[in-house]
Amino acid sequence: MLEESLFRFLIGGLVVSTFATLGDLFKPKNFAGLFGSAPSVALATLGLAVSVEGPGYAATETRSMTAGAIAFLVYTSCVCWVMRRYEWSALGATTALVPVWFGTAFGLWYIFLK
Amino acid sequence: MVRLDPSGWKETKWHEYAVRFLFGGIITLAAGIIAKIYGPGVGGLFLAFPAILPASATLIETHVRKEGGSVRKARDTASLDVAGAAQGSVGLLSFAVIVWYLIRTHHAYFVLGGSALAWFAVAVGVWRIMGSKDHKAAAGPGQPHPGPRTQV
Repeated sequence: MLEESLFRFLIGGLVVSTFATLGDLFKPKNFAGLFGSAPSVALATLGLAVSVEGPGYAATETRSMTAGAIAFLVYTSCVCWVMRRYEWSALGATTALVPVWFGTAFGLWYIFLK
Repeated sequence: MVRLDPSGWKETKWHEYAVRFLFGGIITLAAGIIAKIYGPGVGGLFLAFPAILPASATLIETHVRKEGGSVRKARDTASLDVAGAAQGSVGLLSFAVIVWYLIRTHHAYFVLGGSALAWFAVAVGVWRIMGSKDHKAAAGPGQPHPGPRTQV
């Protein structure tokens, strides 16, 4: 269990930081921002899920991931709007609006996918 | 015009790479633990959690301030990064749908690789349609501020 957790942590850290580093290489900034929505956590998790639990388990996870992705769109749109309209700091807007992601993701999951 | 700028690597400090690694590792670990406790239905939601967006946007804002940019310019630049992530999220949705439909019937690792390519293609496509407008609106220093924008 501990070994699997450590492996998951290392793979996740590696994949996520690789995509983030790729984003640093591109200009303009809004193109680089595309890498902020890379399926990095998904690739790390699903790769492990397929090998340990099988493809059926991964399919169930990605079914729910569709709700998470829609929530990501809603969350980032809200963050962007609040930063521009009310001039909130990046840290303030991105952390204060995390409940928008939770509300949208779990709301969609409960209504359509549960 | 999209261009490669290797100097972006030099601007990022080691502790900033470490923060991203840490966030990525923690979210991946948390997604796995949540899936084990509550099942893959709930755990799957966290595959699209905005894991490093707060860290990335904050780093960009800090870099612009250190380069002498105003608070407003720093926030505008960070908001461009967030707008890019919003456009890319359509690609993220495509990734999820493709894996969901194909992973049971095709070779899993080919599906994951192909879906990652689809994410990139869709994200770039959406960026080409919407992103260039946003970029022009937030042109470099010395340009008049475009004012509040309510669209991503």
